[in-house]
Amino acid sequence: MSLFEVEHLTRVYATGRRRVLALDDVSLTVERGQRLGIVGESGSGKSTLIRLMASLDKPTSGTVRFDGRVVSGVPERDLGFLRASVQLVLQDPRSSLNPRMRVGSIVAEPLRSPLIRRERRQVDQRARVREVLDAVGLPADSADRYPHEFSGGQRQRIAIARALAPSPEVLIADEAVSALDVSVRAQVLNLLMGLVDDLGLTLLFVSHDLAVVRHVCPDAVVMQAGRIVESGPTQRLFSAPEHPYTARLVAAIPAFRSRS
Amino acid sequence: MKRAELWVGLALVTAVVAMALVSFVWTPFDATAVGSGPRLQSPGLPHVLGTDHMGIDIFSRILVGARSALYVGIIAVGIAALVGVPLGILAAWLPRWGAEAMMRATDVAYAFPALLLAILLAAVFGASTETAMVAIGIATIPAFIRVTRAGALSVLASDYVLAARAAGTPAPAIAVRHVLPNVAHLIGVQASVSFAMAILAEAALSYLGLGTPPTVPSWGRMLGDAQTYLFGHPTQALWPGLAIAAAVLGFNLVGDGLRDFLDPKLREVA
Repeated sequence: MSLFEVEHLTRVYATGRRRVLALDDVSLTVERGQRLGIVGESGSGKSTLIRLMASLDKPTSGTVRFDGRVVSGVPERDLGFLRASVQLVLQDPRSSLNPRMRVGSIVAEPLRSPLIRRERRQVDQRARVREVLDAVGLPADSADRYPHEFSGGQRQRIAIARALAPSPEVLIADEAVSALDVSVRAQVLNLLMGLVDDLGLTLLFVSHDLAVVRHVCPDAVVMQAGRIVESGPTQRLFSAPEHPYTARLVAAIPAFRSRS
Repeated sequence: MKRAELWVGLALVTAVVAMALVSFVWTPFDATAVGSGPRLQSPGLPHVLGTDHMGIDIFSRILVGARSALYVGIIAVGIAALVGVPLGILAAWLPRWGAEAMMRATDVAYAFPALLLAILLAAVFGASTETAMVAIGIATIPAFIRVTRAGALSVLASDYVLAARAAGTPAPAIAVRHVLPNVAHLIGVQASVSFAMAILAEAALSYLGLGTPPTVPSWGRMLGDAQTYLFGHPTQALWPGLAIAAAVLGFNLVGDGLRDFLDPKLREVA
C-alpha cells in the first residue's frame, strides 16, 4: 500500500465571480521512503497540491489517503495521525516563524498539540527541543532567543527543527531553500537531505528549480496549470523530456560549461 | 519627529494621571464643599485658577476631575476591548457569509450615534457616570471589532499560522499564541485613540447633564456650568476646556506614536 494516494484531486478557488482552477484532476501516489520532487513554475498548483495532501485545505472533489485512511475533508479532531506524521517546511522562514515567539516555543509547538500528543509517546518537551535544535546545528541557547536574532539560513534551520520535533514520517518541503541566499542554500539543502537519510523520512520536495530537484529526488512530477503533465525518474525527465513544458523547464536551467 | 509626538503624548498622559493620583491625597481646597471661598474669583491667590459659581476652588476641581476622565476612559475602553477583540478574532475566522453578516451588523452599530445610546441608557437607568461609561463602551465596540478583524485576517493568512495548523495546534491556541500577540499593537493604538474619544464623550455627556452627577467634579460638567458666565468670567470655561484638550491630545498622540513604535516591521527598518 502506498503511503499517499491522491485520486482525481480538484480544487477551485472562487473569489466573487472569478473561479480559478488551481488543481485539475490530479492523481499521484507516494511510496514510503520515496523522495519525490514536485516541479513547476509559480501558479502551477504545487502549493495547492501539498496543502491538500497535508489536509490544510479542502478539495473541491477527489480524495487524499494517507496510510490507507482518507484525510481530505475530515474534521480536524480526527487528523491526529496525519498531523503527527506529516510536517511542513515552508519557503520563507521570515514569515513561517511567529516573530513574537521564542525559538523554543516555536519548535515545541507540535509537541504541545493535543492532537499529536494523542498519537505520540509523551516526551520531555525541553529535552526534545534541545535534541532537534542540535540535529539542525543550532546552539542550545537558541531556544531562548527570537527569530529575528537569526540569519535566514539559521531561521530555516529553526523551521526544520520544528518540523522534526514530533518525529514525523513525511517531510513536505515547499520551496524550502528558494528564499535563501545562494551561499547558504547548499548548506541547508545538505542538512535537510542528511536528516531525511538518517531518519528514513519520506520527502516531498516542491521546487520551481529543476536543477535542485535533480540533486535531491530520484523521481519527480512536473506540474503545469493545475495538472501533472509528466512524471518519472528525474534523470529521464532531464535526458528525454516527453512533454514540451518539461523540455522548456530543462532548457531554462542555466548551463555553466567550463571553457576548454 | 514621530518619536517626539510619542514623548509629548506620554508627557500629557502622565500629567493627567499624576493629577488624578495627587487628587486622592491632596487638593489645595475641598473640591466639593460649596462656599469654601468667594464666588467667581479670577485666577490669583490663594485660588490659583479662581473659583466657580459656587465658590469652589477650580484647580481642586480640575485635579479631581481627572479621576472621572480616567475612570470613564478605562472602563469604557475596557468594555469595548473585552467584547470587541474576541468578536473581531471570531469574525476573522468565520466563513465568508458569517463574517459578512457580522461586519454588516457592526456597521449598523457603528452608525448608531453614541450620544443617542447614552441618552437612551440614561433615560432607562438614570443618568450616572456608570451609565455614561457603559454607553461609551458599547458604542466603541465596533471600532475594536474592525481593527482586530483586519489584523487577525492578515495573521491568519500567514505562513506561521499555516505551520501551526500543520503542527495540530487547535484554533483557540492559535488565537491566543499567534493572533493576539501579533494584533496587540493595533489594539493598543485603538485603545489610546478610543480613550481620548471616551474622555471627550464623557465631557459631552456631563455637559448635557447625562453623565457625572453635579456633586462629583467632572471637566465636562464644569464646562457646562461655566457656559452661563462665559461673557463675564471667560476663564471659568478656559481651564476645564484646556484640561479636556490636553488629555484628548495626549492620548491621541500616544496612539499615533505607538502605532509606529510597536510595528515590528517599521522598527526593523529603523
